Amino acid sequence: MPLILNEEQEMLQDAANGFLTEKAPVAAFRKVRDNKPADGFCRELWTEMAQMGWAGIIVDETHGGSGFGYVGAGVLAEQMGRNLTASPFFSTSVLGATAIQQYGTKKQKDENLAAISSGEKLFALAVDEGSRHNPSRIKFSAKPAGNGFVLSGTKTFVADGHVADKLIIAARTSGAEGDIHGITLFLVDADAPEITREPTPMVDSRNAANISVEGLEVTGDDILGELDGGYAALEGILSAGRAVLSAEMSGAAQQVFGVTTDYLKEREQFGQKIGSFQGLQHRAAHLATEIEMMKSAVLKSLKDLDQDFENAGITCSLAKAKTGQVAQLATKEAIQMHGGIGVTDEYDVGLYFKRVHVAQQMFGDAGFHSDRWAKNSGF
Amino acid sequence: MSDLEEFRAEVRAWLQENCPEEMRDGDITAENQCWGGRQWQFQSEAQKIWFERALSRGYTVPSWPKEYGGAGLTAEQAKILDEERQAINARKPLSNFGISMLGPALLAYGTHEQKAQHLTGIARGEIRWCQGYSEPGAGSDLASLKTKCEDKGDHWLINGQKIWTSNADISDWIFCLVRTDFDAPKHQGITFILVDMASEGISVKPIVLISGHSPFCETFFDEVKVPKSYGEGNPSVVGEVNRGWDVAKNLLVHERGMLGTMSPLRGTTGPENLGQYAAEQIGLDAAGRLDDPNLRERIAQAELDNWAYNLTVERMTDEANAGNGLGAKSSMLKYAASELTKRGTELRMDIEGTTASTIGADGIEYGSLANNWLYNRAYSILGGTTEVQLNIISKRVLGLPSQ
Repeated sequence: MPLILNEEQEMLQDAANGFLTEKAPVAAFRKVRDNKPADGFCRELWTEMAQMGWAGIIVDETHGGSGFGYVGAGVLAEQMGRNLTASPFFSTSVLGATAIQQYGTKKQKDENLAAISSGEKLFALAVDEGSRHNPSRIKFSAKPAGNGFVLSGTKTFVADGHVADKLIIAARTSGAEGDIHGITLFLVDADAPEITREPTPMVDSRNAANISVEGLEVTGDDILGELDGGYAALEGILSAGRAVLSAEMSGAAQQVFGVTTDYLKEREQFGQKIGSFQGLQHRAAHLATEIEMMKSAVLKSLKDLDQDFENAGITCSLAKAKTGQVAQLATKEAIQMHGGIGVTDEYDVGLYFKRVHVAQQMFGDAGFHSDRWAKNSGF
Repeated sequence: MSDLEEFRAEVRAWLQENCPEEMRDGDITAENQCWGGRQWQFQSEAQKIWFERALSRGYTVPSWPKEYGGAGLTAEQAKILDEERQAINARKPLSNFGISMLGPALLAYGTHEQKAQHLTGIARGEIRWCQGYSEPGAGSDLASLKTKCEDKGDHWLINGQKIWTSNADISDWIFCLVRTDFDAPKHQGITFILVDMASEGISVKPIVLISGHSPFCETFFDEVKVPKSYGEGNPSVVGEVNRGWDVAKNLLVHERGMLGTMSPLRGTTGPENLGQYAAEQIGLDAAGRLDDPNLRERIAQAELDNWAYNLTVERMTDEANAGNGLGAKSSMLKYAASELTKRGTELRMDIEGTTASTIGADGIEYGSLANNWLYNRAYSILGGTTEVQLNIISKRVLGLPSQ
């Protein structure tokens, strides 16, 4: 299968580009940032996105989705990255939808997928418990009690956790912290009284939440995937998340690089365009080459998810590692090549720098993923 | 079944039936490949059979037109043939600079008669070509070349020197850039000319590199007479006189495309997985990680970059097949591939430590790791240095201004 977009995916890309540059450009993101609405995004915009089929982009058509798969989700995320669009797309339409569609029971699918596709229900994935991503280090407990379990523990950096209607929580049902076996995923209502959510605004002006749960009673029906075998499902959801985050970072990097090369062609110092200086040209050319490498890595991971979801994990890790590095280089160079205005709040490049920083940390930075890949390769 | 699927089934069956077992031993190297040419002697019966069978079907140059010895395949068909060939690990039946560099330039700029003579000679493995571009005073600044070509009425007269002419000592013909106008701006006085290496006045001297013996030569032209024409409609000059730079640029894109699609990190002889190879040499620590954290990190980074590079070759090939040509982006592949090539052998030298730095009493053994590692320094110099590629990317891909 060729490593390029097909005609349908290209049309989706054009439509997303048109819609987002008009309805959700960087200026719209600034407005959300400055007005600090409790949601951290614009509800009307999300409704419009859902009407266009974006909320259910990976959901099957039988459940009200548009069935575009992960390449489609990546195409949208890339355009959102270009425009710094803030929305529940990632946590609901990628993480939530993947969790339910890949690992949910028929009942869970019937109850949730249509509500995801319509934009009505918001989801969040609660996995990490510390400052650095580590999906096997799970202490959050789910103790057997009666016919079900009692959940207690805390989770950090739950993206969109403050607005979610449903939480997917990775909890420990057996084994010790650090064990892969003994992790179980639970799907719970986020507004249960036993759940406290404390919003933690991030440097990229998106919202996450710290979540603490105190004695929440759940039943076996609330398990998503297999008891004690939730790590495989968690890996699958994280893989999808890593690939789509990579697509978003790729969009951000390409956009900021375009802005930077435009600036190199305009700005004059010493009586010349600064883009004529070889010191800057070679750095820009190196970055342009790295951006091409990044684009290939991202598309490959999305295609692998569509073609062989179960075995796409390593490709998604490699894509996340490469993209994190290249997008950081692109945003750092953007600031440096813009000089003084690059560090002003008025100029957009700093916003990209902040967003990429948070996105590359989320679900594992380049170091995490190259270590994971190396272990997987036997060294 | 679609036409392409049918084609795939057909070539798969043909390859199975016709490619000898001995020719299914993976990638070709400079040593085991079939180069062709007047002096060529097949290294084995299997190599000869494979060449002849491929030739009879136009598969030595599958995408060239049938009338010039090819099979007239579309880009999609050629890709399928390549995939199926690689799937059974079959060598290419014939590979040389005529196929990868001169051929595409002649297809774009040659007359019918030029194509009929030279493309057919290449396709049939009869003529081995070498490239006469660089000169002692014209490296990165190739367009400053000074080899003089004078119009003497019924013939051209060439005087000058070329350098880095790969395999000039065993090639039959040379495609050459010469200066036909010393008064014009430097890019506008250059002509692209085809010369028989057997011509009187041509002499060749091999160059020894830091790695020892090399394919590179110096080629001297001393009062070399070249006919104006090799027959009706078949001039020795390709394109117009003084417009050779256009042809040269077109050809350099192919050269960079070719240099950019070699398997860079492991080369043709390196281990499949550098990390596992290091683990075998160095061992693992208690946590199962390579017992050298810095080396482990560098290997993982190189493998990551190599993976993304290979995908980029795949993606750009697919884009080209879909009608979006590579153009100056081939410089990105050349840049990335040559840097990865160097990193691959640098890492292997570090993995093997002092063992690899040891040479025998007879000097650096040909084909040894040290030999490859030293030779690989040339990758970011030949075919346009890394710095020249970065200049090209800046100007022709990004459109950054000139000073």
